[in-house]
Amino acid sequence: MPDTAAVLTVHDLACARGERTLFSDMNFQLCQGELLLVQGGNGRGKTSLLRLLTGLSHPLAGEIRWRGEALADNREQYHREMAYLGHLNGIKDELTPVENLRLAAELSRIPLSEQEAERALSDIGLARCLDLPARVLSFGQRRRVALASLVTAGALLWILDEPLTGLDIHGVALIEGLLRDHVSRGGMVVMTTHQALSLDGVRIVPLQVGPVLTKIEEEIECCAS
Amino acid sequence: MLRFLIAVIRRDLRLAARRKGDWMTSQFFFVMVVSMFPLGIGPDPVMLSKVAGGVLWVAALLASLLSLSRLFADDHHDGSLEQMLLSPNPTVLLALGKALAHWLIYGIPLLLIAPVLGVQFSLPADAIGVLMLSLLIGTPVLSLLGSVGAALTLGLRGGGVLLTLLILPLYVPALIFGAGAVDATLSGLGAEANLSLLAAFMVMTLLVSPWVAAAALKVSIE
Repeated sequence: MPDTAAVLTVHDLACARGERTLFSDMNFQLCQGELLLVQGGNGRGKTSLLRLLTGLSHPLAGEIRWRGEALADNREQYHREMAYLGHLNGIKDELTPVENLRLAAELSRIPLSEQEAERALSDIGLARCLDLPARVLSFGQRRRVALASLVTAGALLWILDEPLTGLDIHGVALIEGLLRDHVSRGGMVVMTTHQALSLDGVRIVPLQVGPVLTKIEEEIECCAS
Repeated sequence: MLRFLIAVIRRDLRLAARRKGDWMTSQFFFVMVVSMFPLGIGPDPVMLSKVAGGVLWVAALLASLLSLSRLFADDHHDGSLEQMLLSPNPTVLLALGKALAHWLIYGIPLLLIAPVLGVQFSLPADAIGVLMLSLLIGTPVLSLLGSVGAALTLGLRGGGVLLTLLILPLYVPALIFGAGAVDATLSGLGAEANLSLLAAFMVMTLLVSPWVAAAALKVSIE
């Protein structure tokens, strides 16, 4: 697959929550080595868009294609190449971080040895918590476990919904490093964040969901409501 | 395919082993409910052995409902259900694996406690054997049908009560044939007919319910 060909394409996508249409006629495409940064105010449908892209929910209209095939026809192949980190970490409180990683790998049918899991967790700054149940970890540490799980999944496409929540400045720097490495190896990222990221040398494709909010407009909207 | 099924079952068994409190609650509930009946209706052995099959079966239904409301809810709350749905495996196998794990964790212990409670109800030995056999065939039905209800009520407020209202009527055939098998043994008719019908019902739920539960999961998660 040449680097320039679009792997993920979205045609005339529309999404509704209840009666309200969040967005419609959305079109974009993403090639290998690109990061799609989804921007927009609260409640504009960023998370809904990301969930559509994972295949967890279904669009009102339009379609999403992966390697030229519609998601619905190609689900298992797509899920093998895609990893998602949403608002919830998806880790079990009863298990240690190492067990969590190995369990996730087992369910995705990826071989992952204990040493590999420990290395992935140490790389993300959790070397001291390997044997503790996730229950006693802090919010940010759990987020890191989930991110380590994302790395060990070895997926081509990462879909990240606010991956920086709960992370300290070292954590943010770590994620920036992870994103740069992933994209430079030809990986693809679709993510949302409200924090500024320094991603030098990464090809960023911006995508606006809903109207662009400047500070003044935001205030006007607040007053109006 | 089979590896994923086994992985799901092993996962749930390991989680249950780390959370013994939840597991014990369900078993103690079963013992408590059954033990209330001799206290309530008096110690007459004839009367007790007559109602034993029905009482044990009803208690088993209620005990399984107690744990079923959490079958998918815990995984839904911490996001691991989403992650499992996004793994490159059929959702049907996920639903089947969760139901089978529920049976191993909550169904099998009921089966093992039942003989002790049967003695309390002065059931003869052959009737206790039939009771165990009927529970062995019947408890998978409880887990399988229950997984459909748990998937349908996932994420709803007051899902536990709704689950009970939805699923108890579906349990009726299992209850009739299961308790009927014990009664038939007591009256000397032989339990084959009831047990065969119960087994047929079990096979039918095994074939149908994972598909329904998988479809319900997809709708609930959206």
